[in-house]
Amino acid sequence: MKYIDEFRNKDLVKKLVQKIEDIADRNVSLMEVCGGHTWAIQKFGIPSLLPDQVNLMSGPGCPVCVTSKRFIDQAVAYSRSDDVIITTFGDLIRVPGSSSSLEKEISKGNDVRIVYSVLDALDIARNNPDKKIVFLGIGFETTVPGTAQGIKNAAAENIKNFFVLSSHKIMPPAMGALIDEGVRIDGYIAPGHVSTITGSGIYQNIPEKYGVGCVISGFEPVDILQSVYMLLKQIKEKRFSVEIQYSRVVKPEGNTIALKTMEEVFTLRDDWWRGFGIIPKSGLGIAEKYKLFDAEKMIPVDVEETIEEKGCICGEILKGLKKPHDCKLFGKICTSTNPVGACMVSHEGACNAYFRFSFEG
Amino acid sequence: MCLSIPGKVKSIDGDKAIVSVGGTEYETSLQLLEDVKVDDYVLVHTGFAIQKLDEEEALETLRLFNELEESNSQDVSDNK
Repeated sequence: MKYIDEFRNKDLVKKLVQKIEDIADRNVSLMEVCGGHTWAIQKFGIPSLLPDQVNLMSGPGCPVCVTSKRFIDQAVAYSRSDDVIITTFGDLIRVPGSSSSLEKEISKGNDVRIVYSVLDALDIARNNPDKKIVFLGIGFETTVPGTAQGIKNAAAENIKNFFVLSSHKIMPPAMGALIDEGVRIDGYIAPGHVSTITGSGIYQNIPEKYGVGCVISGFEPVDILQSVYMLLKQIKEKRFSVEIQYSRVVKPEGNTIALKTMEEVFTLRDDWWRGFGIIPKSGLGIAEKYKLFDAEKMIPVDVEETIEEKGCICGEILKGLKKPHDCKLFGKICTSTNPVGACMVSHEGACNAYFRFSFEG
Repeated sequence: MCLSIPGKVKSIDGDKAIVSVGGTEYETSLQLLEDVKVDDYVLVHTGFAIQKLDEEEALETLRLFNELEESNSQDVSDNK
């Protein structure tokens, strides 16, 4: 594969670690807000390479983890309707709702299908004209344009049995909300693939308003270490800005076609995030023009009362206030085979990544 | 969820491409990306090509880093 081996080069890693050691002269806390980064940092053992002064924290970058339990409960309720087929990315299947999960509903014989793409959900809609196909729209800016394109394709083909239940969110409001709440963050390792779509401008208010730098990072060890170095340099020079380390993929203007598609189909709304509560204008609902594809508007359903799990500190972990090892359930009651909270269910969740690479090796 | 994988475009038919990722070929939509050509490397996410990989930028990132290292070595020897 291209551009992977070069960015896993052992000599480059060693050189970068040395440069980080040379420049690290104070305690700093750097947060990544992308599940892909959480996974890569644990997989490659990045924290063990860094000096003690550099603390890496995982933020709310796992879309499954920040999604409300009510969303799962609503999907479960839909799955119990005889005329509905749920289509979803695999990440959501095992996430516990208040009294069930989509996995449990499958075992009861309800029709829940894992898809790789919204385009697969459209194929299912074409092949099952007597059923309502509900696609669970989850993910940040990387994933939103695909869902938007799926809705546009359905509209263009006049497919009337395709619906989206949207839990799509955007990242920058949560990054600001964390600092507003008083979480100590000296720099953001900004998400690489979200920025592929959005470009770098969306983070501009973080250095401007909060004096906190952002470096948009790739996902290989050299990428992450170089981003850490760039942030430490910003901190040392008191020069806070948005920089792009992942320039082989991220352009300052982003992907303008994808952005246009996303803006045409979705509108901003206030949204609930696990650990935060409501964050203003942080979620994406389906625009009025495409309301015929909005499951919430077109398919009313009774949803059970939400019951949160007890003892799980997923919310505090998502804010960087605690690490997975701080949870009394972690590795004992809550494991990757028997997850209690969403952070252990999703492969991008901090608990799952810590468990996988520290316990399972 | 935001995982995106780089692959090489093997063929294009309208707004669809066959992209090879580590030897496995995937049908990929080109509806979100323009000017894609055969042999380009693209980033694929949930069935859509979302960006082209920029070879010059990749080489530039690696070059800048090596250059930085050389200039540091120079600084060290200058200080001796």
